[in-house]
Amino acid sequence: MQNDFFSTDEFSARQKSGLQQAINHAFNNSPFYRRVFEQAGLEPADIKNPADFSRVPFTTKNDLREAYPYGMAAVPLDKILRIHASSGTTGKPIVAGYTRSDLDTWAIGVARICEMAGVSAKDIAQISFGYGLFTGGFGLHYGLEQLGATVVPFSSGNTERQLTLMQDFKTNVLVSTPSFAIYMAETARELGYNPREFGLRIGLFGGEPCSDALRKDIEAQWGLKATVNYGLTEVVGPGISGECLETAGMHILEDLYYPEVIDPDTGELLPDGEKGELVLTPMFKEGFPVLRYRTGDITRLIPEKCACGRTTRRMDYITGRSDDMIIIKGVNIFPSQVEEVLAGFKEVSPHYRLVLKKEKGFIKDLEIQIELTEEGFTDSYKELEALDGRIRQRLRSTLSLAPKVKLMEPKSLERTTGKAKRIVED
Amino acid sequence: MIKQISVFLENKSGRLIRVAQALGENDINIRGLSIADTSDFGILRMIVDQPDKAIEVLKGSGIMATVTEVIAMEVPDTPGGLAEVLTYMEEAGINIEYLYSFIEKPTTHAIIMMRVERINDALEVLKKNNVPIVGGDRIYSF
Repeated sequence: MQNDFFSTDEFSARQKSGLQQAINHAFNNSPFYRRVFEQAGLEPADIKNPADFSRVPFTTKNDLREAYPYGMAAVPLDKILRIHASSGTTGKPIVAGYTRSDLDTWAIGVARICEMAGVSAKDIAQISFGYGLFTGGFGLHYGLEQLGATVVPFSSGNTERQLTLMQDFKTNVLVSTPSFAIYMAETARELGYNPREFGLRIGLFGGEPCSDALRKDIEAQWGLKATVNYGLTEVVGPGISGECLETAGMHILEDLYYPEVIDPDTGELLPDGEKGELVLTPMFKEGFPVLRYRTGDITRLIPEKCACGRTTRRMDYITGRSDDMIIIKGVNIFPSQVEEVLAGFKEVSPHYRLVLKKEKGFIKDLEIQIELTEEGFTDSYKELEALDGRIRQRLRSTLSLAPKVKLMEPKSLERTTGKAKRIVED
Repeated sequence: MIKQISVFLENKSGRLIRVAQALGENDINIRGLSIADTSDFGILRMIVDQPDKAIEVLKGSGIMATVTEVIAMEVPDTPGGLAEVLTYMEEAGINIEYLYSFIEKPTTHAIIMMRVERINDALEVLKKNNVPIVGGDRIYSF
């Protein structure tokens, strides 16, 4: 795609007009941003070039949550063709609405990401992301169609059947979370297949972080080239950045999404190469525009040119979060969600700990350690197990994930005077 | 009825020692015990010579403990002795949550500690069938 090879001047020109367009659209059509500008004493005319752009206030996850469901809309709802949503901290999801133009831009972006990863119109791609409100399934689906590849929209689950169809359909591209790719390879072996004989050529992985060890393991097990890509529903969905075959960072589609890296504590802009929180502005979003969205993801922009020849800047792999969100099996989890559930049980104390059970660098399971209170302890196993079961069930429906619950003695979890260490790795 | 001390034990080394030490340091004698565990935690059930003091001591040491009432009964120390008593419970429709044997100096009878759902009904059934119930005076002391 030629846009990936623009000169620095071309990018600057595109970003200048793109940001202008984004600001004008938000100011003129989004009551939310009209308010933001007025409160900051800003007018679109004050922002003449990207250097002025840092005067625009950040948009946070909390802003989007409070705007539930349609508060971020900048077009009449009849122009919205599709709604997606991501899980939020308090049960209320973050909603994104797409116009026809938004869907087209999104699909073209995802197609570029797939092409960078080496996928072509000749390939047959199986999508094992869940389809639904989560942007992963539909995002990759339309992007791959846009590219001209053959799409097998399997969605998640039913691993044995996935494996059968992969062989029958001669699928050579797999789209999934990294952990699911490993799980499928293990299942294939249990069924007596050799995953390397499936003929998978390329993996497009996303939805959760992928460590080096995990990537090597996937490649060894399947005999494929593993690539990772990045995106988030609040900005558009998947297709914001992705790896080329050099697999040395993820090229950002800079002509569509304007990246900045800031110091998460002060909000100051950081120069390329320095690690901080990624801030993104989709420049051509009509439906639910966002300006300077604080992603919470810690990364850096890589200043060096990529060996592949593309001129889009790359972002490094996500090394952490500025908030305490964790991603497990593609599901976003905030400790505050756990806190809320526990507050509903008098049998346990509000002290808890999330233990991330890691295997080969990825989070395989979540264990939640909870302290019993005097009221919660009885001499009966049946009752303790029933309590365990009730807590687990509430957590499952709140988190959309089934954690393991471990009951502990009172005061057995470490107390600190400052910020409690709620999350530990095992 | 006998006061049994139940203690919540995390499945972690040193937990049981802590309980035993706390009791020992306060001159409380453990007369009988049973431990059941799942993979994550266990419940230690004990008969001690001074149950009220034991609870105080354990709670004071930050150990989670509670008192549960159990029945102590004498069962003939012969084959089929326990089966006979269990049959009485079965016939009366009384559910036994758990039971364990209590160590005493050798006699012709064994002492069994039993926790049931309907404790008063169970006592009735045992009395009716002439199963000797053992009182606290004998259980708590030598």
